[in-house]
Amino acid sequence: MLILKILFKNAFRNKLRTILTLLGITIAILAFGLLRTVIAAWHAGVEASSATRLVTRNSISIIFPLPLSYRDRIRQTSGVKMVSYGTWFGGVYVDEKNFFPNFAVDPQSFLDLYPEFLMSPSDKEAFLKDRKGFVAGRKLIERFGWKIEDIVTLKGTIFLGDWDFVLRGIYRGRDKGTDETQFFFHWDYLNEGMKKRIAFHPWVDQVGYYMIGVTRPDVGASVAASIDEGFKNSLAETLTETEKAFQQGFVAMSGAIITAIQVVSYVVIVIILAVVANTMAMTTRERIGEYAVLKTLGFGRGHIAGLIFGESFVITMMGCGLGMAATFPAAQLFSHTLGAYFPIFNVEPKTLYFDLLAAGVVAGCAGIIPTMRAIQIRIADGLRRMG
Amino acid sequence: MAIPISYNIRNLWTRRLTTVLTLSGMALVVFVFAAILMLANGLQKTLVETGSYDNIVILRKGASTEVVSGVGREQASVVETQPEIAIGTGGRTLLSKELVVLVNLTKKGSGSPTHVTIRGIDAQSLSLRPQVKLAEGRLPRWGSSEVMVGSSLVRRFSGVTLNETFRYGTRDWKIVGIFDAGNTGFSSEMWGDADQLMQAFRRSGYSSLIFRLRDSSEFEKVKSRIESDPRLTLEAKRETQYYAEQSEIMAKFLRILGISLTIIFSLGAIIGAMVTMYSAVANRTAEIGTLRALGFRRRSILVAFLIESLFLGLLGGIVGLFFASFMQWITISTVNFQTFAELAFSFSLSYDIVYKGLAFALIMGFVGGVLPAFKAARMKIVDALRAS
Repeated sequence: MLILKILFKNAFRNKLRTILTLLGITIAILAFGLLRTVIAAWHAGVEASSATRLVTRNSISIIFPLPLSYRDRIRQTSGVKMVSYGTWFGGVYVDEKNFFPNFAVDPQSFLDLYPEFLMSPSDKEAFLKDRKGFVAGRKLIERFGWKIEDIVTLKGTIFLGDWDFVLRGIYRGRDKGTDETQFFFHWDYLNEGMKKRIAFHPWVDQVGYYMIGVTRPDVGASVAASIDEGFKNSLAETLTETEKAFQQGFVAMSGAIITAIQVVSYVVIVIILAVVANTMAMTTRERIGEYAVLKTLGFGRGHIAGLIFGESFVITMMGCGLGMAATFPAAQLFSHTLGAYFPIFNVEPKTLYFDLLAAGVVAGCAGIIPTMRAIQIRIADGLRRMG
Repeated sequence: MAIPISYNIRNLWTRRLTTVLTLSGMALVVFVFAAILMLANGLQKTLVETGSYDNIVILRKGASTEVVSGVGREQASVVETQPEIAIGTGGRTLLSKELVVLVNLTKKGSGSPTHVTIRGIDAQSLSLRPQVKLAEGRLPRWGSSEVMVGSSLVRRFSGVTLNETFRYGTRDWKIVGIFDAGNTGFSSEMWGDADQLMQAFRRSGYSSLIFRLRDSSEFEKVKSRIESDPRLTLEAKRETQYYAEQSEIMAKFLRILGISLTIIFSLGAIIGAMVTMYSAVANRTAEIGTLRALGFRRRSILVAFLIESLFLGLLGGIVGLFFASFMQWITISTVNFQTFAELAFSFSLSYDIVYKGLAFALIMGFVGGVLPAFKAARMKIVDALRAS
């Protein structure tokens, strides 16, 4: 206990410097925590996806459709429990800045396949009954202040024209990782609308992707292989993979940017290292005389190293604690302003462990050079420097 | 009378370790600041260089990119008859009807698939894009399943080299040529015969039309005629503007990221500078007293310490920019958020970024040094002399 008291007393001998250093560490740990959370937010879609669902799409790329007639053939594959389908609509609400994901889906099978979207039974029934109806996530409703039975118009970018929808229900996520910013409406409405607007649209009676529920998670790979086998050499060959792999594919596409953010998060650590090491270097330079006195009294190198490293740990860990505490309100604020980019923005426990690890590494490294200097100096030189 | 600057420089040298640590903190901040601005700048430069001012892109109304656009054959032939289109060699109009789709290709290294643009071209496409030059092999023959690929793709994707084939739309496509389009978006594309690709991908219409204006000033005229024609549901844009728009969201994302990071980081670096300067003042209390006793004014002391701190900032800025300039050799390849297609671009340094980086470093030095400098200037001579 006594040693801890000495360390604290030593650390706060120069109050201004220590407080500034603490502040620096707090800011850096905060930045580090936020950056790790941004990376985690990028992967949120992967985390939230289920291993018992498969996604089938056109093998050329996601912009090519699959015929609706594939649905029945997929359903006949052994191991398949449920088939649903959907199309990325890509509609714009008033302005491109208001981006949110919007999909045309087959409502009944979609809600069966995605139990993580929770809706009240009355909302669900109202949505199923109204072909013009749509459901949206809680966060999206709050963002635009929509009310039940409001009419919302989306401007099509892929499907020309203005499309009106009626809000019939609000869904909530079953767990924290479920995206509550999506917009779903009836695929039939899109299909009929296309037929009415353009005599021949390449997407009439075509869907963007199939979502498949399998009976057991372990048959996923073989089901995927037999579906793709069945459509080989057809006009629209398919590519089937688990929902996790599908989402991972999207994340991997912006891999370069994620790597950049990762690198930057390490740079933050180096910056705090510089600040803490600087403080420790100054501290030991001022106290070189005291170390000489300690040496004269018979304290060994271990004791002196312990004092310096201990002080470094005390300062760093206090800053780290403050930074970790500040991460939560900061993340809240961040998710409020950047909700459109990152629908899921939660601080993971893993991030906090990384914080501690980073602070530990910094505390250790920052003490090395000052300790070496303090140990190496000869007693006589040290005492002379005192005056 | 001012205190000589050599006094400050010698002082920084005496406390080498501290100086180096403070400096490296600042240099890192400037490095990150410059690197992110360079990335956003490189992205915009690549997309701006892709377009030519006199080329006009025709897309379906409301379509933001060529991939989601569609132009029917009848509509294409209406546009083809506009009198403002320049005439090329052989008396043919300088207009190309193109198909743009995305295909999956596997990246080298990570092995993950990503979207690559494949562009169906016709006879005029090459004369409309003089920046595209054949580097190896030959041009694809019309009416055959042959393609040529951009040089960025060859470097970054597995299985993309001369004489390789790959299978899309129940056909085998053979790579017969590699083209170099310099620092433009075309270097990340694959080009083949539009009519062949349309059949393979079962498209009945084109994605976009591109034509050269016979007179640059006639843009407004032809634009309003095309957009008001009841037979057409199209819009016209200058090619430069079209590509500039494609970089907007991503560049904005990079800038927001860069600026918020820089603000947070710079707080850290300013604190570092403050710690250093406060200790410089505290260690030199007796010296300051002596200087004052010799007759130097409070203002001179203030200026001397500010100069020391600014000098520290300037050095940090120069070191940071020096290392950032090496980033220019690095090319990044990622999916553009807007087009959803792979695009390769480099970090690009401009004078603007150099000025901003240096100004930023000086501001950090100033903010970090101003309070300690005031503390030094406010000291009483007697107290300061006694402090030793």
